[in-house]
Amino acid sequence: MSMAEGDLAVAEMAFVRRATIAPRRPPAAMTGPIAWLRANLLSTPFNIALTVLIMLLLAWAIPEILRFLVIDAVWSGNDRDACLWTVQHREIGACWPFVWERLPYFIYGSYPIPQRWRVDVFFLMLAVGVVWLLWLKAPRRDLGAIYFFIVLPVVSYILLTGWSAIGLEPVDTVLWGGVLVTIVVASVGIVFSLPLGIILALGRRSRMPVVRTLSVIFIEFVRGVPLITVLFMAGVMLPLFVPEQYSPDKLVRALVGIAIFASAYMAEVVRAGLQAIPRGQYEGAMAVGLGYAQMMRLVVLPQALTVTIPNIVNTYIGLFKDTTLVFIVGIFDLLRTIEVARIDPKWATPVTSTTGYAVAAIFYVVFCYGMSRYARAMEMRLAKGGRR
Amino acid sequence: MTADENSGSLLKPGRLRTETAVELIELNKWYGDFHVLRDINLKVRGGERIVICGPSGSGKSTMIRCINRLEEHQGGQIFVDGVEVTADLKKIDEIRREVGMVFQHFNLFPHLTVLENCTLAPIWVRKMPKSEAEEVALHYLTRVKIPEQANKYPGQLSGGQQQRVAIARALCMNPKIMLFDEPTSALDPEMVKEVLETMVALAHDGMTMLVVTHEMGFARQVANRIVFMDEGQIVEANVPEEFFAHPQHERTKLFLSQILR
Amino acid sequence: MPSDLPAQPRPARVVFYNDPKVRSIAYQLVLCTVVALLVYGAARNAIDNLARAQIASGFGFWNQTAGFDISQTLIEYSSRGSTYGRAFWVGLLNTLLVAGLGIVFATIIGFIVGISRLSSNWLLAKAAGGYVEIIRNLPLLLQLLFWYNAVLKALPDLRESIVIPGGLILNNRGFFLPLPVLKGGVGFFELSLLVGVGGAIAFYVWARKRQERTGQRPPVLAVTLLLVIGLPLAVFAIVGRPIGFEFPQAGRFNIAGGIEVLPEFVALLFGLSIYTAAFIAEVVRAGILAVSRGQSEAAYSLGLRPGPTQRLIVVPQAMRVIIPPLTSQYLNLTKNSSLAVAIGYPDLVQVFTGTVLNQTGQAVEVVAITMLVYLVISLVTSLLMNLYNRRMALVDR
Repeated sequence: MSMAEGDLAVAEMAFVRRATIAPRRPPAAMTGPIAWLRANLLSTPFNIALTVLIMLLLAWAIPEILRFLVIDAVWSGNDRDACLWTVQHREIGACWPFVWERLPYFIYGSYPIPQRWRVDVFFLMLAVGVVWLLWLKAPRRDLGAIYFFIVLPVVSYILLTGWSAIGLEPVDTVLWGGVLVTIVVASVGIVFSLPLGIILALGRRSRMPVVRTLSVIFIEFVRGVPLITVLFMAGVMLPLFVPEQYSPDKLVRALVGIAIFASAYMAEVVRAGLQAIPRGQYEGAMAVGLGYAQMMRLVVLPQALTVTIPNIVNTYIGLFKDTTLVFIVGIFDLLRTIEVARIDPKWATPVTSTTGYAVAAIFYVVFCYGMSRYARAMEMRLAKGGRR
Repeated sequence: MTADENSGSLLKPGRLRTETAVELIELNKWYGDFHVLRDINLKVRGGERIVICGPSGSGKSTMIRCINRLEEHQGGQIFVDGVEVTADLKKIDEIRREVGMVFQHFNLFPHLTVLENCTLAPIWVRKMPKSEAEEVALHYLTRVKIPEQANKYPGQLSGGQQQRVAIARALCMNPKIMLFDEPTSALDPEMVKEVLETMVALAHDGMTMLVVTHEMGFARQVANRIVFMDEGQIVEANVPEEFFAHPQHERTKLFLSQILR
Repeated sequence: MPSDLPAQPRPARVVFYNDPKVRSIAYQLVLCTVVALLVYGAARNAIDNLARAQIASGFGFWNQTAGFDISQTLIEYSSRGSTYGRAFWVGLLNTLLVAGLGIVFATIIGFIVGISRLSSNWLLAKAAGGYVEIIRNLPLLLQLLFWYNAVLKALPDLRESIVIPGGLILNNRGFFLPLPVLKGGVGFFELSLLVGVGGAIAFYVWARKRQERTGQRPPVLAVTLLLVIGLPLAVFAIVGRPIGFEFPQAGRFNIAGGIEVLPEFVALLFGLSIYTAAFIAEVVRAGILAVSRGQSEAAYSLGLRPGPTQRLIVVPQAMRVIIPPLTSQYLNLTKNSSLAVAIGYPDLVQVFTGTVLNQTGQAVEVVAITMLVYLVISLVTSLLMNLYNRRMALVDR
């Protein structure tokens, strides 16, 4: 670098730069893939050992998974013989014909085949509702809320259980199974837990001692016990508490249990959101003369719910996973249909179980991961909006 | 450094070994592709007070953070009291013992009392017995005029008090050089004065100081030299009288017009 | 003039049904009445329905003979002599066992994974992240079924058991571990353990005092290791190795000797630990990130090395943030252990709400007792957590 007078910085008191220094590229050793490798993976002996270990692990795990799911997998066949090892084909991977054949069972359970179009309509309506509510740029999202929380439940109920008056043949809930049941249970949980949770949260913050006490007792009781016990309670105790002629069917009992459980957890999430709203909002609303209900509906709740959307979605992810517990009270959700199918002697091979679990895993990962990406996107959006 | 050497020199800053406290030679640093420090040359003599100013993003904080290796430089050399700042951990430890730093956001340890904040490093780094460390701490807390807060927690103090504790905490290690990274930028206006007064008193005791700040009043009062940085390079440097009265470079003039009212 | 004071304006009399206080009392009265009516109605129906099904009421069943076997019992239990009450305790102990061990493993794995996520080693961070993302998005029940059916049940059967040198035999009937056998002289060994631990604590206290006095820090870690591990090992050798092991021997139809660990237990323990560890990893990561970088920068600028910085500055602050959600996860693990009923591990829910309820039919009492147990565990933990929070809260103005 040339040093002209005036460019030289000396320990003298005065200095003025004559020529601006243009930015330069960093030295080669600093950037580029080699430098990155060195910094991130190979910086210390310990790091090097760790990197080697993990690469060995991945070198074993990834090919193994690919082998099972794709390379050595069987893609067509009619029964177990297709998926047993033979002299020519010693390593067997996933038994996909098992999945293809049982797929309708996994999705609809034992729902009568000519009526399955009703289930498809239900799925479609649900998808419409979800997109309408979650897509922030959708028009008239308040109508979307009414659709999702009021219209959809009523129509779905009629559609799925049937109503002879309009020509929809009744279908007993015993026949429902698989993805249909999982989605129904999760949806009921979601649809009921939010309004109930809001009521409970407001109740817990109420100044009326009776209301507050009842809310606290309910919330802490339900949150303190395992979901299994709530399902058992709903399953065995609900028929006891109602007169004999109204005894609810098994699915309804499980739905009640799930709804109660989810509401208690949602209540805490909503409460945290309410606490995050500054007092000034409440005071401002009261100052312009809004009554309690109006203040909540127009000012406080919209803000509280928006702030806690990531937490609400996280609770829904938990709820979605918790739907598998209805398995234990005899409801045929997706997991149970897979359990039933995998022990079918027609498909009994050493790989059937793992194939079945793989299908379940893919289903849940897709849904839950999808929900968590949405939650994270919302979080970032909210963080951006809040920053001035 | 043993405990004995410390107790004798409580009142004066540590003595420098060489004449040059800090020397930056052709200092260059990159953040990824961004050339944040360009060919910085600076020589700071013992006892000098340098004020570094400039628009945000000019690299001033980065430059002083390179001195105690909170940031790593990729080009050029840095010497602190004759010791070069490199990746050598032992040298880094040595330098950090002798260089104190005060941060914009105080960075006090909230789970320790004010006294514990100040005695932590003397006990664990200089291996002082606890009673002696507390004596030193109380001495410096008195110097910054808040000895009565010794047993409070940082969360209980005002911003100005917290920054003064931060100064006392750095002083308890008896540093030879003090670095200040925008020490008053995060304070409410009415508390800026108490911190600046503390720093002025420190200057009058002969401490070598590098201060990144916008407080031009302080600069006028105490600085030997003002260094103006922009876009990663030193644009102009001069004694305060000349700097404010006759800025030479266009950018210096622009900057001064923006911050002086 | 009756008085010289100007007439004081009186507050307007509010119509009683607009008075907020009256309204509030009215709402509450209505609510109480509705709840009371519901409870009364439910109780009446319950009594009717129970009577019709000829199911007993009350807690008399507690002392009736159980008449069923339990596959894992930590206390004395026999199907012929033990009562339902005894079965309750067996189930409860099994729950506590799997929950306790699960908490230990989940914490260890969770901390390692959580810290790894923040590592500068890109591969390690991504691998840990992958683990967390996948495990957290799969239902626990699915993971349990996978471990139980696809892994443990798929182990070879007795004749082709996997034998691990050191005395471990694995097959589809379970894991067989060596059983420690205490011989003479074991008392000295136990004593040396006590002395070692006590001595280490005493040394730590003395070392602290010495550092305060003189500034010198004695080698605490080395001495602790010596006392807690070295001393008992030495005594062990000197006294002639008073702890032997009875190794499991694979016979033709059976395995003799050793400790038998049920595959249900192993599957539940693995599943719970791995699942909860993923959540604990996130808690740990959030806690470490919560400590601002400025804290460690300030410590470094004072001359503190990374080791003491982590120990004295970062970890204490991180733990404050970590411990409340960590206890939450411990509670979740304990409640999740109830999924044992899906794979047949005899925990409290499986034994009591499962078999006992089926045999006695007394659903109300059984479910109520079970819920009470979990409630007590939850509330006690919450209480301790609140106490801890109050003590550790950073003092603010």
